[in-house]
Amino acid sequence: MFVDSHTHMISRTTDDYERMAAAGVVACIEPAFWLGQPRTHVGTYIDYLSMICGFERFRAGQFGLRHYCTIGLNSKEANNEELAEAVMEILPRYALKEGVVAIGEIGYDEQTALEDKYYRLQLELAKELHLPVMVHTPHRDKRQGTLRSMAVALEHKLDPSWVVIDHNNEETVRDVLDRGFWAAFSIYPFTKMGNERMVEIVKNYGAERIFCDSACDWGVSDPLAVPKTAELMRRAQIPEEHIRKVTYENPLAAYGKSGQIKEEDWLNPPSIDQRTLYMGNSVLRGGQSPRIDEGKRGVDDNLKIS
Amino acid sequence: MANAGIAALELLRAWVARTVPNEGGSWFEQQIALMFSGPTEKQLYIALGYAIRRLGKQDLDLNSEDLVAASTARPGWNPSDWSVDQAARLSFVLASDNDDGARFKARLEQLFRTADIGELITFYRGLPLYPHPRLHVARAREGARSAMQPIFEAVAHRNPYPMEEFDENAWNHMVLKALFVGSKLDPIQGLDRRSNPALMRMLCDYAHERWAAGRPVSPELWRCVGPHADRDAIVDLKQVLKTGTVVEQQAAALALQASSLPAAREALAEAPDLAKHAAAGEPGWAALAEAS
Repeated sequence: MFVDSHTHMISRTTDDYERMAAAGVVACIEPAFWLGQPRTHVGTYIDYLSMICGFERFRAGQFGLRHYCTIGLNSKEANNEELAEAVMEILPRYALKEGVVAIGEIGYDEQTALEDKYYRLQLELAKELHLPVMVHTPHRDKRQGTLRSMAVALEHKLDPSWVVIDHNNEETVRDVLDRGFWAAFSIYPFTKMGNERMVEIVKNYGAERIFCDSACDWGVSDPLAVPKTAELMRRAQIPEEHIRKVTYENPLAAYGKSGQIKEEDWLNPPSIDQRTLYMGNSVLRGGQSPRIDEGKRGVDDNLKIS
Repeated sequence: MANAGIAALELLRAWVARTVPNEGGSWFEQQIALMFSGPTEKQLYIALGYAIRRLGKQDLDLNSEDLVAASTARPGWNPSDWSVDQAARLSFVLASDNDDGARFKARLEQLFRTADIGELITFYRGLPLYPHPRLHVARAREGARSAMQPIFEAVAHRNPYPMEEFDENAWNHMVLKALFVGSKLDPIQGLDRRSNPALMRMLCDYAHERWAAGRPVSPELWRCVGPHADRDAIVDLKQVLKTGTVVEQQAAALALQASSLPAAREALAEAPDLAKHAAAGEPGWAALAEAS
């Protein structure tokens, strides 16, 4: 079983859902983000947030995946002040929806003053609502942006064990782990992390507070990144318990602090969900132990993502 | 609040109280008191937002006495598969009503607009309990157009609202859509009472579309065809009676039995065994829905 803790499923096809389910992905988390182009009205933002906790959750359930989301104003759109102000007004309405596991993805893009303002405001919102935080670290000037994200979170007195720093690489991981934050790695061709590099990271740093995700979206990306990376780690003789932490237990522990994502959701879902929302297969019902080798199903031999 | 709403709210409160442990129960009653006192919008959506976190989402597990009480409080109300969060959320919505129809409607619209999927199901299930039922027709029709089957079924199944408020076009499209998305017809209240010639024609056309595509036709479809069958429909039913699966044949026989056309009698005479059961009302549409 795998948890993919960063997926923009609204951009993915039903084929992707089928392949993810076949490969053993049981749950995915959809962080609120931009759409590849900026929104210009708060109304479209409202519909977007309704969609990621509405139709997309339903769609995932049809394929046997449990779908969760994070709610937030992303760093790119934080630069449109009029939009940002209006979005901040509506965020509290969405942050307590069922299945919202964090405030996120928030943080810096170009590290502007407006990005900084809304990042801080949302850190305060997360504290107020007792929600974890998913931090998007910038693609450009990554190391400084990552250090700054953490410094500001600590300045606002967030407990680092409630904050996931995402999109890490070899240059940032040590600082993140040393400060007590969760270190997530997006396995993403070309721009972020290849999964062979991920294997090396787990070899070097172990599995404490480390996990990987696919960050699959509208760009070139791989929704099977987590199961493929698990298999690659297995072939590299990484211990099974480490693989399990990096691809399942750690994201569950980090986002589970919200109280909104639990193993029970897919192993033994509430009756009302089984009748309405979750067409999960009944392979794993209460009491049975999950099988780690499930991930081999549906993953071909072309495992490398680079 | 209308009397039906008051009676329904009392039942919902009692069911929530006995389903959740003490701490959740007292939180719930505090929120209800707040809702009665005229809450701000923020207080209302915080109560709605925390409902699952505080109360969980276990089934209410209502017994037959509860269901009698429900249908006494509000004829047609059937909360047999409701969960505790749904009961609690609807209690909040009902308790916040202050007899201002336009305000209630505006507030409800706002809740629908920013609802998550569980809330959508809940708010649509609440349709028969809201004051000023006429005001919510457009919203109910929106739900019956949903691409999400559980949302659609929250309006269409075990809900007296469409039978009471939908015009013929809305009704017919809801029934056709049920077949289209693979929902059963039997849980639709008023299915027989609201059947009509236009629906009969839509359904027969739909059956032909399915046959042309080599796809099966739900035996339940014929239930709304029988009472209004014209000569073409009788031809279709005769065909199903001859060549259908066992369940389809039983459905065709029941449909023909409901027709007063002589051609229907003649068709049944050619299948005496099926006709005999159909005359006795066997196996019944509910059983056929189960079997299909």
